[in-house]
Amino acid sequence: MRIYVCVKQVPDTSGVVAVNPDGTLNRASMQTIINPDDLIAMEQALVLKDATGCQVTAVTMGPPPAEGMLRELLAMGADDAILISAREFGGSDTFATSQIISAAINYVGLGEEDMIFCGRQAIDGDTAQVGPQIAEKLGLPQVSYAAEIVKEGNDVTVKRMLEDGYMKIKVQTPCLITCISDQDSKARYMTLSGINHCYEKPYQVLDFEALKDEPLIELDKIGLKGSPTNIFKSFTPPQKGVGVMLEGADRKTAETLAAELLKKHVI
Amino acid sequence: MDFSLTKEQAMLKKLAAQFAETELEPVAAEVDEAHVFPVDNFKKMAAVGFTGIGVPEQYGGSGGGMLEKVIAVSEFGKKCMASAATLSIHLIAPHAILDYGTEEQKQKYLPRLTKGGELGAFALTEPNAGSDAAGVKTVAIYDEATDEYVINGTKCFISGGSRAEILVVFALTEPELGTKGMSAFIIERDMEGFSSGKVENKMGLAGSETAELIFEDLRVPAANMLGRKGKGFKIAMQALDAARIGVGAQAMGVAEEAIDLSVKYSKERVQFGKPIGTLQGIQWYIADMATKTEAAKTLVYYAAYLADSGQPFTKEAAMCKLNASENARFVTNLAMQIHGGYGYMKDYPLERMYRDAKITEIYEGTSEIHKVVISRAVMK
Repeated sequence: MRIYVCVKQVPDTSGVVAVNPDGTLNRASMQTIINPDDLIAMEQALVLKDATGCQVTAVTMGPPPAEGMLRELLAMGADDAILISAREFGGSDTFATSQIISAAINYVGLGEEDMIFCGRQAIDGDTAQVGPQIAEKLGLPQVSYAAEIVKEGNDVTVKRMLEDGYMKIKVQTPCLITCISDQDSKARYMTLSGINHCYEKPYQVLDFEALKDEPLIELDKIGLKGSPTNIFKSFTPPQKGVGVMLEGADRKTAETLAAELLKKHVI
Repeated sequence: MDFSLTKEQAMLKKLAAQFAETELEPVAAEVDEAHVFPVDNFKKMAAVGFTGIGVPEQYGGSGGGMLEKVIAVSEFGKKCMASAATLSIHLIAPHAILDYGTEEQKQKYLPRLTKGGELGAFALTEPNAGSDAAGVKTVAIYDEATDEYVINGTKCFISGGSRAEILVVFALTEPELGTKGMSAFIIERDMEGFSSGKVENKMGLAGSETAELIFEDLRVPAANMLGRKGKGFKIAMQALDAARIGVGAQAMGVAEEAIDLSVKYSKERVQFGKPIGTLQGIQWYIADMATKTEAAKTLVYYAAYLADSGQPFTKEAAMCKLNASENARFVTNLAMQIHGGYGYMKDYPLERMYRDAKITEIYEGTSEIHKVVISRAVMK
């Protein structure tokens, strides 16, 4: 059994968000982190690895410096890593990205017992589209919002966290699962031993040459040019002003409040 | 000359910083207040591999050497000096066993001290043997009938003494020979005749429990002697050389954090209508703090480099410890001036850092002892 974990390097939005004049994110000037939900997906995969001894493969698409993130995941416990990287893939939106990642997984091979884990969504785009799109393109059953994943034979039981409760779903492998963090879930640390050996583990770079003949790749639907999404504008929303506090439980205060709400067309 | 860290060392720094921020910082004030050693955090350090730094993986360790120790300890020192000290001092025991132990001793004790999460301690100091380590009075008398040594005596100010499971203890096997009659032993906490006494109430570093150890007819198998008979003093001095680089790392970490806090505060604190960081008086404080800390850091790294490359480092270890510890006091003092009244309040970490920084000038050899070591080396 092999679990592919799709991960994304994202800007650390706890710092300053920088935007280029053309509206795209200035990634070079921002610190990067591993997308938090993807870390939870990796943790879920490593929990299954602890239980079953399965192979865990970290997969990302990004520029060459994304290797640093993959090495960290190898130091956490992943067995091998795949970097999908080519100039032709740059600027891809979710539609193009999911196509390329699907092609890469198809290229490496998806067995009957294998699974693909993704984070629910990335904190930069917040679309939550790539995981489900990969499942569609590979023709796999998908389960989203997974907080707990248990595998018995070819059956996988997933606990989905919903707004007002949770749902348990049984699904067959191969499948795709998008993961979210439960209240208690926390990704494990890298270990010192993991760090010592992370540069010795198998590491594969898949470029345009490797994937261009894959049946899932449509050459006019990859990269910035092939992406149906166009970014119109990116900006840091202006900070809201300080609120106004009204004190008192009398009629006059209530009237003042009602007048304010009326003025702002709230009521 | 290359000052850059390897990729793996950079990852270790990131990991140590993340661990310190997530696990150590949130409890630093609490353990300081309660004067209690955070056992859970030590177990977590072991699970990640910090407690096995410098010990080969075949013995349960995490590999690496002195520089890796410096990286981890200094990152911990930024957020919790007691935790930094705990790790730094703990590592003395496994390193001494690695350097001087028999294969059997290594197999038996190193996995427990590394991934096993058992705390180690180094017991040399006695009421009358502080800076004058040759004043040790604890004796270990050989009993031929049982092939054991019988240890009697008292140790004091032992870091982690109230919690340590495995201790490297120094005692006189031939009292008439003085330091040449001193030997080292590996003692386990549950050995009959061992007990730990009073846990000291200290000015700082309260989350690292410092205790008295009492040996009453403690019978330890001769096989637990570490290194050869009569080599104890040499083992102790070598262990202290390495430990001093660890103290340098602690001092370096607390100084770096004090600078970060001061920079942040001086940008936020508005007086006379502008942030105090725009005042030249504050800017010059920051410049002095940053320059001296960078210099201290370089010397700590240099001493670690010498140790890792197998060169003599006694003098540089003493220099880096002397310099970094005096700098830690200097920097935390100026940081306190910058923070003014807020820095003096227990609501902020600075007053704890100020108290914690002071110990680095005292333990693992006072500044004055280091000047003796350094001047002897320079003036020989």
